Amino acid sequence: MQIEINLNGKKVSIKVKKNEMLADTLRAHGVYSIRKGCDTACCGLCTVWVEEKPVLSCAFLSLKAQGKSITTLEGLQEEAEAFAQHLVAEGSEQCGFCSPGFIMTVLAMKRELKNPSDEEIIHYLTGNLCRCTGYLGQLRAIKKYLGVAQHEFCR
Amino acid sequence: MNFVGKSIPKIDGMAIATGKPVYTEDLAPANALVVKLLRSPHAFARIRSIDVSKASKLKGIACVLTYKDVPRARFTLAGQSYPEPSPYDRLILDEIVRYVGDEVAIVAAADEETAEKAMKLIKVDYEVFEPVLDYEKAIDHRAVVHSESDLHCNFDIGMQKDRNIASSQKVEVGNVEEELQKCAVVVEETCYTKAQAHCMMETYRAFSYLDHTGRLVVVSSTQIPFHVRRQLARALNTPASRIRVIKPRIGGGFGGKQTGAVEMFAAIVTLRTGKPAKIIYDRKETFTATNSRHAMRLKVRLGADSEGFIRVVDIEGLSDTGAYGEHASTTFGVVGEKTLPLYNKTRAVRFMGNVVYTNKMPAGAFRGYGATQGTFALETAVNKLAEELNMDPAALRLKNLIKVGETTLVSEGKTLGSSTLHQCIEKGQALIGWKEKYPRQATGSSKVRGLGMAVTMQGSGIANIDTASAEIRLNDDGSYTLLIGSTDMGTGSDTILNQMAAEVLDTSVDTIIVHAADTDISPYDPGSYASSTTYVTGMAVVKAAEDLRRQIVESGARFMNAALEEVDFDGQTLSTLDGEKSISLQKIAELQVLGFGGSRQLVGYATHGSSVSPPPFIAGFAEVEVDQETGKIELVDYVAVIDCGTVINPNLAAIQAEGGLVQGIGMAMYEDVRHDAWGRMMTDSFMEYKIPTRKDIGSIKVVFEECFEPTGPFGAKSIGEVVINTPPPAIAHAVYNAVGVRVTDLPITPEKVFLKMQKPGHHR
Ligand code: FES
Ligand code: FES
Repeated sequence: MQIEINLNGKKVSIKVKKNEMLADTLRAHGVYSIRKGCDTACCGLCTVWVEEKPVLSCAFLSLKAQGKSITTLEGLQEEAEAFAQHLVAEGSEQCGFCSPGFIMTVLAMKRELKNPSDEEIIHYLTGNLCRCTGYLGQLRAIKKYLGVAQHEFCR
Repeated sequence: MNFVGKSIPKIDGMAIATGKPVYTEDLAPANALVVKLLRSPHAFARIRSIDVSKASKLKGIACVLTYKDVPRARFTLAGQSYPEPSPYDRLILDEIVRYVGDEVAIVAAADEETAEKAMKLIKVDYEVFEPVLDYEKAIDHRAVVHSESDLHCNFDIGMQKDRNIASSQKVEVGNVEEELQKCAVVVEETCYTKAQAHCMMETYRAFSYLDHTGRLVVVSSTQIPFHVRRQLARALNTPASRIRVIKPRIGGGFGGKQTGAVEMFAAIVTLRTGKPAKIIYDRKETFTATNSRHAMRLKVRLGADSEGFIRVVDIEGLSDTGAYGEHASTTFGVVGEKTLPLYNKTRAVRFMGNVVYTNKMPAGAFRGYGATQGTFALETAVNKLAEELNMDPAALRLKNLIKVGETTLVSEGKTLGSSTLHQCIEKGQALIGWKEKYPRQATGSSKVRGLGMAVTMQGSGIANIDTASAEIRLNDDGSYTLLIGSTDMGTGSDTILNQMAAEVLDTSVDTIIVHAADTDISPYDPGSYASSTTYVTGMAVVKAAEDLRRQIVESGARFMNAALEEVDFDGQTLSTLDGEKSISLQKIAELQVLGFGGSRQLVGYATHGSSVSPPPFIAGFAEVEVDQETGKIELVDYVAVIDCGTVINPNLAAIQAEGGLVQGIGMAMYEDVRHDAWGRMMTDSFMEYKIPTRKDIGSIKVVFEECFEPTGPFGAKSIGEVVINTPPPAIAHAVYNAVGVRVTDLPITPEKVFLKMQKPGHHR
């Protein structure tokens, strides 16, 4: 079956199978920022936006994307880089494998929440697992990026 | 120092953070065959017959391989220097399957769907055996996990395979039983640690192809390219010189990728078909068919005199290596090696016990490598001893812990070169509010807060075994290329090695190209494990850079006709001290690389190994809040004060520490590998196996208490592993102080705490 989607601002037509998930469709289409970390929709690594809202692309049927606008990290490079600068300045991109899904969620949060508290940030991002960093450095980076109160790093 | 001690951003940071295609799967050729594995549904069985005829005929199938199609030489997947202490007890595919998930057949197809279809068409008839599932009953069990006669050990590790004993060990200095008699207080505690899953976010994966000379190239998400090359050579019966292993960016390892997993399956398909092949494990396979931490039972006895000096440390252990013996003897040995030296006022110490085979997924290397298990047991016992002695546990430690310049019963006369552990304890006490809050504080509601602590040591590389080489070239344009074989798995080791070279050469980090790791190009390095990269590879880099610096100075002096003592090199220009003459680095490079007659490209080279493995130390402090009505535990605060020698890159070290602490918190409170009665692992997804989320951690403070390790590069020791060790015992201690319940089998769950609080005799 053929689907027409708006991928990062460009109309594309992709052939998909009936039970194919968007993560696999997009990766096969060369969208390599999408990574998968689980088989049970638990890790958040595969997060993309459908109609500007974050979704788990590993659990989103490609057929359902018909006619929709899909945004991946490739389509947000400038913004992603601006945030990644903070992440990298903290050293909190360790293996980096969780970063694309994490950044997609952070950028969605930025659009949704104004001046979020620590609790709100943590709540928004709970579905994004990271096994390397222990999350704290990511929080420091987010706060610096959003310009909310600077966290004094203790060493 | 211009670079050492600075939080330089990681050289690959922006690429990996912004989703660039730099990981194994991103690099695989589009036409690679998809490799899938048919796995055993039984914990222990023999394949009576296997029929692949239907599967092989399917359109799009490239090959289906069974145990009849693979070489017969047994090998180990453990990533260890040759001769590996792990037994050669496995084949690529075996007639006997030894755990639920053990590989039965390899299927390679043009696409995933066809491969899956083919797997369903394979008919296997199993002769099912009674499995050995409970490791406490493995010794002398009716069933013998490894009865094959061609199992091979490179040296004596105390194996008695007929009794399911993979390794048996004993170290005793002094007479433990006699000294215990003389002690005023003796405590005993038996602790259980679980088979923790690594849960690196990038699952195991590799792809392979034949290059233009017909050599096998394997690109793998691995910590151990050189060991994988050797494993493949043996497993595939192919000379190592015909194999090349490349490590791209990898999505986490934590020791899991110190054991080969998938490489051999892709490689054999490529060798048989001549075609590129890729294999990507899903999360379930990663949970159930790779490796985990060794589950252990450790019984500790401590004896102290009436003044509170610890005179005896005695640890007796049992470790579950599962179906194969990867890292069996060595992880177990480390339990003793990283516990017995800590408290050095002892008169007798002993570590002994067995590692057993069972019919479960094999264990392997996991960050901490036995020290984590040992620390939980030892520190739990030390906390209990403090209570018996009626001493503050911090004071007991300050009185008994080893200091710089001292020896221990097990250190063969070698003295400790560096430590700030005593300061770490004092600083940690201040930061957690020990004086005000220890041991407990009521909150007014049903909740009580408790404080707990633990200390730990690890090593820095493996003494007398780990040997790394480094090469650094001066390129024709005056830039440098640093070649190393260590394997940055996200830790930032490529960056800190770059910092060290830049420091020696007085240059900036971006004038150095860092290349790692490729067995065709990189100098030999065992890989990144055993907390070795900063300390061992780091020293090799420093020596190589010094070697090159010396050559640069010699070369420049020669071109200027100046004496060596009369010149100075500032990293860019070599000048005579009187300022008369100078020559730029670029010019030296140009003349050396491009010049005719007598010149040669300048290359610094060094090989380094260390005869000691200096321990980094941590003092860890936990504050928990326990609900007395439900047993619910909340980690409120965690403080870790770390001595890793000189901190080469503070930000990267802090993230290593925070990440390791959270992994330790996971082990302490959530992570619980469970099997059903038939040996099937039930915790095979993130739904069943809970790793900490952002919500599960309270405040965590990481503080460095630096010192200078004389044998380390710029005074550095290691950081990667030691960070995971303190949370389990510190949190157990805090829970005990809050509600009087001592949980000695991990994880420390609300259910366990609640049930123990209901027991008669429980007070507080
Ligand atoms: S891959 Fe884990 S949630 Fe999608
Ligand atoms: S940085 Fe490795 S999983 Fe997040």
